Amino acid sequence: MSNHAIEVERLTKRFGDFTAVDHIDFAVKEGEIFGFLGANGAGKSTTIRMLCALLQPTEGTARVGGHDITDAPEKVKETIGYMSQRFSLYEDLTVEENIHFFGKVYGLTDVALRERKAWALTMANLHGRETSITGTLPGGWKQRLALGCAVLHRPRIVFLDEPTSGVDPLMRRTFWELINELSSEGVTVLVTTHFLEEAEYCNDLILINAGRIIANGSPKELKRDHIKTPILEVQCSNVIEAMEWIEREPWAVETSVFGTNLHVSVSDEKAARAGIRKILKAKGMTLSSLDRITPSLEDVFLYLLDRESQRERTPV
Amino acid sequence: MIRRLWSIIKKEFRQIRRDKRVLSILTLVPAFLLFLNGYALNFDVTHIRLAVVDLEKSVRSREFLNAFVTSGYFDVVDVLPSAEEATTLLDDAEIRAALVIPGDFSANLLSGRTVDVQVLVDGVDANAATTVIGYVQAVTLQYSRGILLSALSKIGRQNYIPINYEARIWYNPELKSVKFLVPGLIGFILTITCVIATALSIVREKERNTIEQIVVSPVHAMEFIVGKLVPYALIALIAAVIVIFAAYVLFGVEVKGSFLNLFVATLLFVIAALGIGLFISTISESQQVAFQVAALASMLPTLILSGFIFPIRSMPLFLQIFSNITPAKYYLVILRGIILKGVGLAAYWEQMVYLVLFSLVVLGVSILRFRKTIG
Repeated sequence: MSNHAIEVERLTKRFGDFTAVDHIDFAVKEGEIFGFLGANGAGKSTTIRMLCALLQPTEGTARVGGHDITDAPEKVKETIGYMSQRFSLYEDLTVEENIHFFGKVYGLTDVALRERKAWALTMANLHGRETSITGTLPGGWKQRLALGCAVLHRPRIVFLDEPTSGVDPLMRRTFWELINELSSEGVTVLVTTHFLEEAEYCNDLILINAGRIIANGSPKELKRDHIKTPILEVQCSNVIEAMEWIEREPWAVETSVFGTNLHVSVSDEKAARAGIRKILKAKGMTLSSLDRITPSLEDVFLYLLDRESQRERTPV
Repeated sequence: MIRRLWSIIKKEFRQIRRDKRVLSILTLVPAFLLFLNGYALNFDVTHIRLAVVDLEKSVRSREFLNAFVTSGYFDVVDVLPSAEEATTLLDDAEIRAALVIPGDFSANLLSGRTVDVQVLVDGVDANAATTVIGYVQAVTLQYSRGILLSALSKIGRQNYIPINYEARIWYNPELKSVKFLVPGLIGFILTITCVIATALSIVREKERNTIEQIVVSPVHAMEFIVGKLVPYALIALIAAVIVIFAAYVLFGVEVKGSFLNLFVATLLFVIAALGIGLFISTISESQQVAFQVAALASMLPTLILSGFIFPIRSMPLFLQIFSNITPAKYYLVILRGIILKGVGLAAYWEQMVYLVLFSLVVLGVSILRFRKTIG
């Protein structure tokens, strides 16, 4: 037997003429944190819904925890935990009532339920709030309770659909710590996110665009394989205007704006450094810093997405 | 399986208990509706406001008038000098009827000629007008018969009436329309509560996305639906008890038949009505739409096509066939039988079979559709 928790083969979903997921293949190793990245509407949620046996694929197959999603949807459902993008616990029940309800729905015995309830309350830091109505909890706490309820039955595989959207940065950090904890206990976590910096926390990831996988690998591999040219970070007074001038130069391979900075991937670092100084001076802009940086995953993705959109514009 | 089902039922009860608005709608509103409808929906015609134009003002004419007053159906509210003034009062709906006694009333009577008494009736409400005319006829015939009899005895014939009748009215001896209406109201109210409450409760899960957490769990569609239906069926039964009790206290409507029969029939009907609610929840995405569809689908057919107010037998044939879309039609027949006549369920097996069939079809279709919508 393979040590893959999830195996996806040529999985496809069409809604009428629209192909939401287009022949994707990937495999998730047991116990790893697997990132599933892409813009909204790229096909992430559709894929997850198929893997949770909520949606029948149009073509292709997938095995989740060794169970085929089309042949044994019930088995799949017993194996997995799922946390939806939109909060989906009962807001009009108390914290405790939600835990009891989901525990029993997943067939936990009273003893197991007591133990898991204590665990979930600790994890979500909700001791003393057992009888609070769930709807009155702050957003981040709700998300943690939702995660707790999703893994009450100790699933071997957990799907987290945008678990950190709408959560403040500090809470996002703690949330990722929880995800790491799960993974260290041997749980396979498949997580979707559109926060590119969160991708760094994943062991492996795929980037999906318009229903197709455009990159696949560990963060390190992705950076190594796709960023071959040095990247310079430019801090200057008028970023947009500077970018317009710089991208005309022959040594500029790729330019993109990161907040108030400009990232330029260059073919010849020496020529570029001199060129950038010259341009900015000529246009009367002040240069605060110019440094070579180690590429982030964000650089990789922007590069890949940009390449993809160019490919679409010039069909082969 | 049972454990999962039980936890869903428990969860549902908790949510209902916490939502005070829904709880009060489900239990108090039915009794309130009964109260309102019981008094407002009154088809009894009594205390008819009558104006009198007595052009003769003799002993005989007054005697004739008195016959109207003592009948108990009429209140003489005005005595007018001419028929024209009666017309004005009729126009203004001040009076329901006017009685015009001609100036030659006694003269004609004494000389054995037929007297023409004029009765003006407000015919806007056709049913009430028919009833008024019926009463006028009864009073007039009674009075005429008295004269006839005394005339006969004068010429030496004995008091003799060729055919006499004695009417015994069964089930509702006082002919009170409320007794006829209350069972209908119970059906009406139960339909509204069951259909609207279930439709809303399932659509709410869709709207709040809580259904997603349910469908990824091992809960079967069947368990979810039964878990939803059981609490509402129980509440509907409680509402039915409240309504039946209120009908007894407010209108003196007693249940003549067995309570067990009543329970069995009501349970069957509640299941059918919940099935309609479930079906509506599978075709609507928001609570607002669900509420409108449910209100429309439950109230209109129950009000018009169930025989609650309008007798089905006097409808055109296609409407009679169409009226089968509402299970209330059959339930009302059973209900009236049990409450008013005290008849057992055995007499209503056809209606029972229909209710069972209806429930099976509507629940079956809904479960199939439900599986599809959440998939």
